[in-house]
Amino acid sequence: MLDISPTEWTAIELSLRVATVATLVATPIGIAVAWLLARREFWGKSALDAAIHLPLVLPPVVTGYLLLLTFGRRGLVGAWLADHLGIVFAFRWTGAALACGIMAFPLLVRPIRLSIEAVDRRLEQAASTLGAEPWRVFLTITLPLALPGVLAGMVLGFAKAIGEFGATITFVSNIPGETQTISSAIYSLIQTPDGDAAALRLVVVSVVIALVALVASEWFARRATRRLHGN
Amino acid sequence: MLRVDVSKQLGEFSLQASFESEGRVTGLFGASGAGKTSLINIIAGLLKPDRGTVAIDGETLDDTAANLQVPAHRRRIGYVFQDARLFPHLDVRQNLDYGRRMNRLTDDPAQRKRVTDLLDIGGLMDRRPGKLSGGERQRVALGRALLSKPRLLLLDEPLGSLDEGRKVEILPYLVRLRDEAGIPMVYVSHDAAELRQVATQIVMLQRGRVTSIGGVKVLTSTPPPA
Repeated sequence: MLDISPTEWTAIELSLRVATVATLVATPIGIAVAWLLARREFWGKSALDAAIHLPLVLPPVVTGYLLLLTFGRRGLVGAWLADHLGIVFAFRWTGAALACGIMAFPLLVRPIRLSIEAVDRRLEQAASTLGAEPWRVFLTITLPLALPGVLAGMVLGFAKAIGEFGATITFVSNIPGETQTISSAIYSLIQTPDGDAAALRLVVVSVVIALVALVASEWFARRATRRLHGN
Repeated sequence: MLRVDVSKQLGEFSLQASFESEGRVTGLFGASGAGKTSLINIIAGLLKPDRGTVAIDGETLDDTAANLQVPAHRRRIGYVFQDARLFPHLDVRQNLDYGRRMNRLTDDPAQRKRVTDLLDIGGLMDRRPGKLSGGERQRVALGRALLSKPRLLLLDEPLGSLDEGRKVEILPYLVRLRDEAGIPMVYVSHDAAELRQVATQIVMLQRGRVTSIGGVKVLTSTPPPA
């Protein structure tokens, strides 16, 4: 039977919290970046595109270490944030959220960008002739029509965030109750005697979450696409 | 009144058009590729001229010399596209109401009823554009443009994508529009018969140049464009 201990629940709850915060914060930024890449030409555009996809290609531990250098207690940005705004990422769940958010970002941006590109610009033109300012064209026409992609990106990003391991453990370590997510909990458990059963339980939970995320993503995308075509 | 004096390089050929509309329905006549759509896109503010001016009722919309271009959403010029371009995620009622909302106009139920009666679209309100026929879509597109209370209405081959039956069905609506709606129109078409019924003035465009301006008789006295 799936008898989950408090330690495991802590890891599950933390993972859900970290992934939710990471996704919710990353989404508006992802939409803005996706729109820029889809609709605007500017100097440095390929560099931006490359930078966004870096976390997909870099070894996660490297990303984690770069985060440590930048946002750690004595990091370039981290020191300033801690001293002036009291925001600390090192060894806190907020740091885990930051790591997960960055790792999930490329997976979030891509479907959104594709769906914005797929929005017929002639509809946006029509909206302009009807008096809509550019920001209102975006909110009333572009974004609603790009919704399937936004939702798909969010769910994909969430799934990535909840499974993130390498960058998280490098940046904020593996502190039960604070930064020990499902993945790091499994990692610790399989190294302890008698930890296998608990590890297996968490593995099952992970698989279930991943499957639910994929199915939900598909369902949202299909519903929104049907809505688009007036059905 | 509309005054246009613009030039624009369009790929291989250049558009150079200068005319003044006298008020009711100015038909822009020419073969495909003559530059008609580009010209009304410039009037609508969707395309920037290389050089020249566009003015309506004395207000300058484009003046390249002064580096002035009023953006499309502030011109209050309605546009009926050849492909209707109804918003697929909104139903007919919401499509019709879009212009009023964007222009922050007060609700005018009397005007809405007049327009929906004029175009016979009252029964389509809850439908989505995907569920409309080509003729119905075009009538809704007309209604949508009208309900944004424009001071000028541009129509780009509004019957172009319709079959003969639909054209015969919609043409009377356009004539009624001319006679009852009181909004000046610029009507683009390559179909002389259509323009003879709807237009009050003709501007002929051939390969980017205005070749004649005059009354509707111009359509019969001049040989058809090459």
